[in-house]
Amino acid sequence: MTALLELDRLNVTFHGEQTIHAINDLSLRLEQGEMLVLLGESGSGKSVTLKTLLRLLPPARSRVQGGITVNGADILALSGRKLQEYRGGEVSMVFQEPALALDPVYRIGDQIAEAVRRKKGVSRAEARATALDMLRRVRIPSPERRMSNFPHELSGGMRQRAMIALALACRPRLLLADEPTTALDATVQIQILLLLRELQKEFGMGVIFVTHDIGVAVEISDRIAVMYAGQIIEEGSTHEIIRDPRHPYTQGLLAANLHDAAPGERLEAIPGVPPALDAKPVACSFSPRCPHAQPGCRADLPPVVSLGPRRHVSCLLAQQDIAAQ
Amino acid sequence: MAVAEIERAPAFKRRGYWAGVARRLMRDRVAILCLAILAALVLSAIFAPLLPIQDPYQASMVARLKPIGTAGHPLGTDEQGRDMLARLIYGGRLTLMIGLMPVAIAFFIGSTLGIVAGYIGGRVNTLIMRSIDVFFAFPSVLLAIAISGALGAGILNSLVSLSVVFVPPITRVAESVTSAVRSADYIEAARASGGNALTIMRVHVLGNVLGPIFVYASSLTSVCMILAAGLSFLGVGVKPPEPEWGLMLNTLRTAIYMNPMVAALPGLMIFVTSLCLNLLSDGLRSAMNVKE
Amino acid sequence: MTPEPLPDTLPDIGGPAQPLVTCRDLRKHFPVKGGILGRQVATVHAVDGVSFEVRKGETLGIVGESGCGKSTTARLLIGLIPPDQGEIIFDGRQLGEELSLRELRRGIQMVFQDSYASLNPRLTVEDSIAFGPRINGLDRPVERARDMMARVGLEPARFAGRYPHEMSGGQRQRVNIARALAMSPRLVVLDEAVSALDKSVEAQVLNLLNELRRDLGLTYVFISHDLNVVRYISDRVLVMYLGEVVEIGPVDEVYAAQAHPYTASLFAAMPSMDPDRRTLVPPLSGDPPNPIDPPAGCRFHTRCRYGEPICATTKPVLRSFGESRAHCAACHIHDPASGHSLSGKDFMPQGLPR
Repeated sequence: MTALLELDRLNVTFHGEQTIHAINDLSLRLEQGEMLVLLGESGSGKSVTLKTLLRLLPPARSRVQGGITVNGADILALSGRKLQEYRGGEVSMVFQEPALALDPVYRIGDQIAEAVRRKKGVSRAEARATALDMLRRVRIPSPERRMSNFPHELSGGMRQRAMIALALACRPRLLLADEPTTALDATVQIQILLLLRELQKEFGMGVIFVTHDIGVAVEISDRIAVMYAGQIIEEGSTHEIIRDPRHPYTQGLLAANLHDAAPGERLEAIPGVPPALDAKPVACSFSPRCPHAQPGCRADLPPVVSLGPRRHVSCLLAQQDIAAQ
Repeated sequence: MAVAEIERAPAFKRRGYWAGVARRLMRDRVAILCLAILAALVLSAIFAPLLPIQDPYQASMVARLKPIGTAGHPLGTDEQGRDMLARLIYGGRLTLMIGLMPVAIAFFIGSTLGIVAGYIGGRVNTLIMRSIDVFFAFPSVLLAIAISGALGAGILNSLVSLSVVFVPPITRVAESVTSAVRSADYIEAARASGGNALTIMRVHVLGNVLGPIFVYASSLTSVCMILAAGLSFLGVGVKPPEPEWGLMLNTLRTAIYMNPMVAALPGLMIFVTSLCLNLLSDGLRSAMNVKE
Repeated sequence: MTPEPLPDTLPDIGGPAQPLVTCRDLRKHFPVKGGILGRQVATVHAVDGVSFEVRKGETLGIVGESGCGKSTTARLLIGLIPPDQGEIIFDGRQLGEELSLRELRRGIQMVFQDSYASLNPRLTVEDSIAFGPRINGLDRPVERARDMMARVGLEPARFAGRYPHEMSGGQRQRVNIARALAMSPRLVVLDEAVSALDKSVEAQVLNLLNELRRDLGLTYVFISHDLNVVRYISDRVLVMYLGEVVEIGPVDEVYAAQAHPYTASLFAAMPSMDPDRRTLVPPLSGDPPNPIDPPAGCRFHTRCRYGEPICATTKPVLRSFGESRAHCAACHIHDPASGHSLSGKDFMPQGLPR
């Protein structure tokens, strides 16, 4: 079976007053029906990856190189009508701020029905029936009434549900979720996470879920890819990443989550700040902050070490560990 | 931990905010070109008496409406045979003054009203802003004509009427900018440090609001110039024989079939000057944006 | 090592046994204006009868969801907004009668969530830090600012002349901490001060906060929605729901067993960090209700799985229980005389449905 999504040595640069190398040689494979979390901090390139997938970057100021294939189709070659059909049809997106992503002047039901009508070419009545069905599936109470609500009349959690209904109305094969629960309260966040997990099983779609919160990643993912400075530095199943992190950065992130930190004791903080991405990395981007850095880490790009099927880590130490065994 | 962070910090050269604005503005070629044109206009207007040009009031019945390029009159002559080059340069003095002065006066009055309304809020805000709203009921051109008409023609009266016209929009912008700044966290932090209203206004509010208001006001100068020219054109502004671009446009309009190029010159000056002012204030706006 | 307070710190008056701050029955309602005449159409019950104490040298964590009133409580505490009702007592002196607002602000300072918005973009960080000491007439404000910068790990020679946009989020938040410290406060209110930072930077700032507290003998009120962070940094924790305190107690007791059904649900909503023990059912359904029109009786009864008729009619009061008596909750379950069917049985509520 072909992979749902394949990224092959993707590079994204932004050209403004200075050049920003946002994504550097990123390769990734997502199987059908898989839930992958892209985990990273601000500036790690996780949101840029999603926008690149939807071809949402401003063409005048950005340059994309490499390969993106979704279900075998070359996405970078799409244009015009084909691109429109791809966006919102095969792939759709859920944003962090539903208040900004939903159109404030249209009723919820009309927005969803309109999207369905445009993409599927069904009748008005059918589209409205689909919209109502979607609102029901995302567990919005009294969906008939909510159909005629404007976005601002819904609470934050309900708005995010409506956003999900809109994104899933055309039954995409791939859903991109950009920090969809970050703006929500804890008790609402867990509801949305559970809902997404359920809908993913139900619809059998692949999901790329971007977050900076490891706790959220553990709750929702099948697999985790950790990003740093525009690269995936470690990838594996959720178990492997949480139980046996190999990259020093992943280890540091897990420690910084404070889940089992002893109160008051000094934290093992990762020192320093992430690098400015004004040049394409020629060595390990994490080495300036890494407690185990060796001269080799600063001399050359780290090797991509395969630790098992679909389990990779970009670290010189991991290679030495394997050699030692 | 902190040590590593410090080591990574690049060596830092202290520079002021305005130095940064100037540096960014210098990189904007369009803005610099506009600035150069405006500087040339202003300098020639100021030093007009020192320039080797003819007397702008010297009429000649024989040399009327000479075309551009006539010997002795590089830009031709007007309907009374006065040298156009001299009249355009001298006209710049009045036109630029009438374009800039009302905005400067309105900037002063409008900023004061708007900042007070925005910072104090509540009833004071309602009182000031609702009074200002009354002026928005009239189109600015009509308002200027009405005031000038009531006061009578003349340079001083034009200045007054145009100043009145520009106070309301500047007040509105000043009020909205100030309200936004007032609710910023750093104002709360300053209050939490025990600062009184005047100190906070001086240290934290003024610096952050004057810039945007200034940029807005600078975009009004071109409007003001056109309005002033309009007033003169309608005969409620500057009186003949003073050289002023709007008035010149008016008196030359009768000659448009005989010598259209010369008749269009004052209009061209108004157009170029206001375009330059607009582009410059645009450049200034982006140069003042600190988040590069 | 004994803590060494900053110069010009207000003297300790009541001794270690007297709470540094006592809030009694604080209340703050905001009018909601609407219509063309701008009449008041509703009231936001932001803070409704909140009482608590902050002990000298402790860190009190305040947790709760949006709209629970935790930020309003912070603003009341440092006198940024006046309470409609209630009193604030700082080291034995009541605000308004025995203590001026100006003095209170010498004693209490605050660090805000948004590190960028809380710094004046037109001032260098040195000027921002020196502003407070300067207007309060403290000695040598500039030297003081530089000293504070060094204390928060920003080398003055490199950072003093910078503008906020020339620094990273973590560095800016250090500046905000330095600005608060420059007033030599005894209490620092940290309102979601690390929430906007990346995890790796957050750990650095938490380490810094702990060091400062130890070295300078500070007291913190730490407001956050992140229960992991609150457990790490706090000695006691206070839980708010819709403008009221529902539970307060020592961190280890509250984290071991929550006494209020809301607290239990809040803790159950925390991600587990264990892929084998994921949450399967949401502990609560729906969003937190709007503080505009809070329910009568116990404000949580509309979402509570232990709700009974008594909860809809009678407001429970904070009662202490357990052996230490330091743990309090406002729930009828813990009041033997309430008539709730679970009362008097030492029952502890569960966050998840069984």
